[in-house]
Amino acid sequence: MLRKRIIPIVLLDGFSVLKTINFKTRRNLGSPITVLRTYNTRNVDELILLDIDATIQNRAVDKFTIADVAKDCFMPLTVGGGIKTVEDIRDLLSKGADKVSINSAAIKNPTFINEAASQFGSQCIVVSIDVVKVDEIYKIYNNGTIIEGLSLSEWINQIELEGAGEILINSVDKDGTMAGADIELASLVSSKSKLPVIYVGGISSPSNATEVAKTGVSGLGISSIFHFSNITPKECSDNLNENGILAR
Amino acid sequence: MLKIIDLKVGNIGSVVKALDYIGAEYELIDDSQHLIGASKILLPGVGSFDVAAKQLIASGFYDALQRSILEEKIPILGICVGMQLLAKFGYEGGKSKGLGFIDAEVVKIECKDDTIRVPHMGWNSIDYGLNTFEIFDGNDNDGCYYFVHSYHMVSEDQDAVTATVQHGADMIAYINKGHIYGAQFHPEKSQAVGLQFLRNFIVQC
Repeated sequence: MLRKRIIPIVLLDGFSVLKTINFKTRRNLGSPITVLRTYNTRNVDELILLDIDATIQNRAVDKFTIADVAKDCFMPLTVGGGIKTVEDIRDLLSKGADKVSINSAAIKNPTFINEAASQFGSQCIVVSIDVVKVDEIYKIYNNGTIIEGLSLSEWINQIELEGAGEILINSVDKDGTMAGADIELASLVSSKSKLPVIYVGGISSPSNATEVAKTGVSGLGISSIFHFSNITPKECSDNLNENGILAR
Repeated sequence: MLKIIDLKVGNIGSVVKALDYIGAEYELIDDSQHLIGASKILLPGVGSFDVAAKQLIASGFYDALQRSILEEKIPILGICVGMQLLAKFGYEGGKSKGLGFIDAEVVKIECKDDTIRVPHMGWNSIDYGLNTFEIFDGNDNDGCYYFVHSYHMVSEDQDAVTATVQHGADMIAYINKGHIYGAQFHPEKSQAVGLQFLRNFIVQC
């Protein structure tokens, strides 16, 4: 049976690794190479690397960082940040990324998902969605603005129709809080979508990771507890396995 | 010398990197003439069946491989779509012809219920049945391999032996017919067990 994936998420500001809280407050964590090497040696299931300033600063993810990480990385590597064109994707794949994560460019022009998927295959195209909860309603959030007129379920449907291979769902409210995941959001997206879903945001402990895994999502994106506590990806996998949910 | 076929339709950098890491000697070829003299052949595959199948024919590799595999009996390992191309037909992007080394077809994974998501993406274990496959030597039987595919091979070939992976139904994870080998999973993305699998292909097969 397919295992649930425990996926460390590494955020970059172009130069350094950082961790945000609610997508705002930032804490710098040093060189990406060091951080990524650590995960590499820990034999993790997969890695996601997102440059959160690339879109706003209108630049691409640093290719040298990707090439350096990919050099001895024998697991799937997803890279995102500032991807706008098929050329951007080709570039990242040639540097060693296996999948790319698209967010802003997909919101601006949903057919870009289709263009990218037909060029490189669905399995290669991850669409990332940032979500905030306003008055009990989940809204799509992009670079500091709430996108009105596009509901979360509409967007999930459209992403699927355009041919994406995976959905990465980020809870902005829980981001960096280590206060527990938004289980309701994870369940909602998991039930709305037939694609593999990776939930990210607020996972506070291995047992909280297990709770999220029970919602049916395929992967758990985890950042803060790996950066700021002694909890390792393996402890999360072990907790899932102990609770009857298969992890690697 | 091991020759790796580059069909120029997908990124094969990961496979090359994995072979570098295990210290394999190889030659990367995109010209079918260069298949001559191969002691082993690796056919990686990324992308869709129809695109790769078209490129096999256009590049001349289709004919060259018929000679190398059927007449000269050179061992070949197909990975992912590269494994699927060993079949007679594939239905991704419309029906197209594969190399036909295995009496098999490549069809879409069916979603029977909500828990079965497509693509089949992630780490999964392999069921070897009663078989022992030397190409997996050195790896635990419950080791997981990385899969990512929306289509799978259905074989009718009496001469082929298979190991399966469970995702809604049992699908072929690995197939072997004499000197012809195929892996639906990506050994180059399956950490240590994947590297060991590649090493075994190079040393034993």
